[in-house]
Amino acid sequence: MSTLHTVNKSPFNHATLSQCARLCHDQDAIVLLEDGVYGALTSSPCATDLASLLARGVALFALECDLRARGLEARLLPGIQVTDERGFVRLSLEHKTLQSWY
Amino acid sequence: MKFAIAVHGAPHTSQASASAYRFARALLDEGHELYRVFFYRDGVHNGSALAAPPQDEQDLTADWQTLARTHNVDLLVCIAAALRRGILNADEAERYAKPAANLAQGFELGGLGQLVDAAVHVDRLITFGA
Amino acid sequence: MRRQLLFINRHSPYGESVARDALDAVMTAAAYDQHISLLFLDDGVFQLLVGQAPGSIAQKSLGASLPALPLYEVEDIYVHLGSLQARGLSPEDLILESVTLLDDAAVQALRARQDHILSF
Repeated sequence: MSTLHTVNKSPFNHATLSQCARLCHDQDAIVLLEDGVYGALTSSPCATDLASLLARGVALFALECDLRARGLEARLLPGIQVTDERGFVRLSLEHKTLQSWY
Repeated sequence: MKFAIAVHGAPHTSQASASAYRFARALLDEGHELYRVFFYRDGVHNGSALAAPPQDEQDLTADWQTLARTHNVDLLVCIAAALRRGILNADEAERYAKPAANLAQGFELGGLGQLVDAAVHVDRLITFGA
Repeated sequence: MRRQLLFINRHSPYGESVARDALDAVMTAAAYDQHISLLFLDDGVFQLLVGQAPGSIAQKSLGASLPALPLYEVEDIYVHLGSLQARGLSPEDLILESVTLLDDAAVQALRARQDHILSF
């Protein structure tokens, strides 16, 4: 059974996203929210990790309101999907458990 | 489906409470049930009736109260975390001989057992950490 | 109803209250007769380091409380091996003798068995 991970810390300041990526199963998905959305930048220190997750079939999302608030919408890595809160709720139902990385 | 939300962050300090609130609204909009919001750690500050944010800023305590009224949501504040941080209802203020009670209307004090109870009863439990 | 609950501890013991708050939640859940698993991950492994003496900073010892977990019938205690190694620690440095070390794939398998994860 799969897990939806949420990450709310910037990978420029924290190892949170890289550790989440390391322990992510192929069927899992990750939602980046709050300062976690900085992880979705093309300059993200986790860009290579995220690309290999995408290649393994892990779905990666960034929360639209947090991207917009920070002016990041045009700077996203390819493959990152943008979702709103209702999409976030639907994702939480597609996976059995939710792990919050903070 | 039934959800429970655990909130660990204080309003005005981290985004955790505001993110939790938006998630709560969205799941109700999607037609799901919110069994309980459990305020733990600094999250207990959401239940303070004495917070007076500037009028042009989000008032999360009021937002949670509205949600509780309109959707019959259980707003449970962890009593151990609340007592440590000075969030008291009338009974606790009297018990500890404190000069005021400040738990906002619509919020209730309860034990960590209420978090476990939520985990037992819901389909999804999500934590908003700070 | 008995549920499989996994508590994940990712934070070090004294700089923030999160480790103590997690332990309180674990003890409560155990008292409610749930099936509890406990995973120490990232800086959470520092909660298990021998020799803690937080009296110097006016705090109660978490290292003294954790060995009591089996008395609360919390027996499924796991430590992420990669987190230990990254911090230069080995199992001999830990206050608990009966922990199970998990590699990355075993952490994924542990998660897959749960009804809920409580993230601390």
